[in-house]
Amino acid sequence: MKAKIIDIGVNHETAPVELRECLAGDTGSTKRILGALRDLPCVREGMFLSTCNRIEFLFTSDQASEAKQAILSLMAGLGELQRGVLSSCSYSLEDMDAVKHIFRVASSLDSMVVGEPQILGQIKEAYKQATQEKTSGVIVNRLMHRAFHVAKRVRSETGISASAVSVSYAAVELAKKIFHSLEGKNILLIGAGEMAELAARHLVNNGISSMRVANRTFERAVDVAARFGAKALSFDEIDREILEVDIVICSTAAAEPVITFDRVKKSLRKRRNRPLFFIDIAVPRDVEPKVNNLANVYVYDIDDLQGVIALNVEQRKREALKAERIVQEEVLKFSQWLNTLSVVPTILALQEKADAIIQAELRKSNNLLQHLTHGQKEAVEVLARSIAEKVLNDPILFLKGKAGRAAGDTYLDVARRLFNLDRNQGEKNGFESDDQ
Amino acid sequence: MHYPWFLLALFFDLLATGGYIVYLIKQEKWVSRASFLILTAGFVFHTIFLCRQYAVLGTAPVLDLQSSLSFFAWCIVLVFLVFHLKFRIMVLGSFVAPFAAFLMIISSAMPWTAGPVRPIFKSIWLTVHVTTIFLGNGLFAITFVAAIMYLLQERQIKQKHLGSLYSRLPSLATLDSINHYALICGFPFLTLGMITGSIYAQVALGSYWQWDPKEVWSLVTWLFYAALLHERLTVGWRGRRAAVMSIVCFCILLFTFVGASLWVKGYHSFTSLGAGGA
Repeated sequence: MKAKIIDIGVNHETAPVELRECLAGDTGSTKRILGALRDLPCVREGMFLSTCNRIEFLFTSDQASEAKQAILSLMAGLGELQRGVLSSCSYSLEDMDAVKHIFRVASSLDSMVVGEPQILGQIKEAYKQATQEKTSGVIVNRLMHRAFHVAKRVRSETGISASAVSVSYAAVELAKKIFHSLEGKNILLIGAGEMAELAARHLVNNGISSMRVANRTFERAVDVAARFGAKALSFDEIDREILEVDIVICSTAAAEPVITFDRVKKSLRKRRNRPLFFIDIAVPRDVEPKVNNLANVYVYDIDDLQGVIALNVEQRKREALKAERIVQEEVLKFSQWLNTLSVVPTILALQEKADAIIQAELRKSNNLLQHLTHGQKEAVEVLARSIAEKVLNDPILFLKGKAGRAAGDTYLDVARRLFNLDRNQGEKNGFESDDQ
Repeated sequence: MHYPWFLLALFFDLLATGGYIVYLIKQEKWVSRASFLILTAGFVFHTIFLCRQYAVLGTAPVLDLQSSLSFFAWCIVLVFLVFHLKFRIMVLGSFVAPFAAFLMIISSAMPWTAGPVRPIFKSIWLTVHVTTIFLGNGLFAITFVAAIMYLLQERQIKQKHLGSLYSRLPSLATLDSINHYALICGFPFLTLGMITGSIYAQVALGSYWQWDPKEVWSLVTWLFYAALLHERLTVGWRGRRAAVMSIVCFCILLFTFVGASLWVKGYHSFTSLGAGGA
């Protein structure tokens, strides 16, 4: 009986956030859930993945339908939900569909933001816990290692996670295309807002050397500056500071533009035309649009940044097609590996039989071999073993080669009958007595 | 005649150009590495060709437009290879290699005019003159290429239309500094080339300066580059304006190189330099 690989789960597409919240337990609960999984008699091996966007059970079982019911109950128990509610918004995949699903999840093709990099780390953590709790076995181990491999291939062979899909990442990316490196560059934050601070934070993480914060209310500027280890300024100092800085992030609530065309123009010569990059997150805008027409000055407002992101999302979708092809390839490889598993019991049985014959024959010849030294006895045994190995080598290779082919099962059947591997205990004795 | 070496160089240049274009489209790292090696191999063959020509002619092989173009291409590739060590910008090759290959193709398409060289050309001053001038030209070719790349990239960023070239081209700062370095290195070569040229004219023709059209145009080119360098170093020109200016300068340089040599009569023109000399 061949075990099925099954994946049962809910994700951001099938289940609303409220339901996912119910299911997502605290960090300590994973251990408990894995324990429950291990205790299920119908589940051979398995693992459990829980992130803010998905909950997945991946397991193998000989009794598929029984195991599925058990897992669904286990899952419903997590969130104290009705089974009916859960089964309407969960999915259940079997064998290669499940393999494909796991590969897609690992390479972030199934994520809400396609190409986001966190999911791989989360899966690795989930797998680590499964190995610690010893719920994973041959198939899950292999499957997870292949999944990591697929994710790595997708990352390196496609541009799926190459481009920014958030405003602050897009700003950092643009800044790098203008300044090449952000090291040694200075940044001025005018006004404060959550998004502006996030963009500033990203820029600082990418090597910005110093930062100043200006605000209409000086206290607020001091407040924000303290959080970044920056210098606080009053609004009147902007003109002087604009000569020094390279990147300006604006997000004031002012109705009129704070950065006017003339203001920037007169600073350019004193700046010796060093490039100046305005990131204008404010609505209404803080930087006059025609500032962008000045040489070596670049202005991106929130709509422009959104435009860049939309473009990148499009690009990711195109890259995702490439990634799907990689996944398909790897699913095929995995299925081939899985098929070779089906010949493993027959090969083992062949080897066991050969071993049994060797032992029986040695026992029979015990009297004749009595006068041999210990070393000579060993040599005889080695000789017998290597003869058996050589004889079995070709049939084993042949069976491995036929694994997964259409006629593979027929060959297995023939092999078992040819070598009489499925005899019962009684026949076994008979076989031995026949020989005498 | 060492035509086989020239053909080998041409073939490798074309191969490298193809590779670099494939790299521009496909963005596979190994393609650019392979193209770089091929271009280097082409450069080695080209060097062998030039050395042998030098040995045969007894002077720098630049006496007709055909061989000047090939020498120009060699200088451009030399400068690119040196710049590659400093900047390591693979995509620069996608623009430089086609340019060099283009010059090589024109050169190969022109008739070979072999013949005895007039003794006045067998002067060390001529060799120094043309080598420095051409190295300067090679460096200015790099400023030209970097300026074009800069304008392409700047256009995309300014207009907020980030097309497929956006991710392929290097940052504006990098392109501007390539332009800057190539200009700073190229200008002394040009200056030195003009000084040694005038010394050579004194030695060979008995006069430092004759108001020959090519001399005049060279001076115009020099003045333009001097102006660009001045603006860059003192006023702090950079970016778009510097890029546009270096394109203009290079066009004048090309005119001086080709136009003033072919269409304008003067002792510098290739027809009067021609085999055996008229």
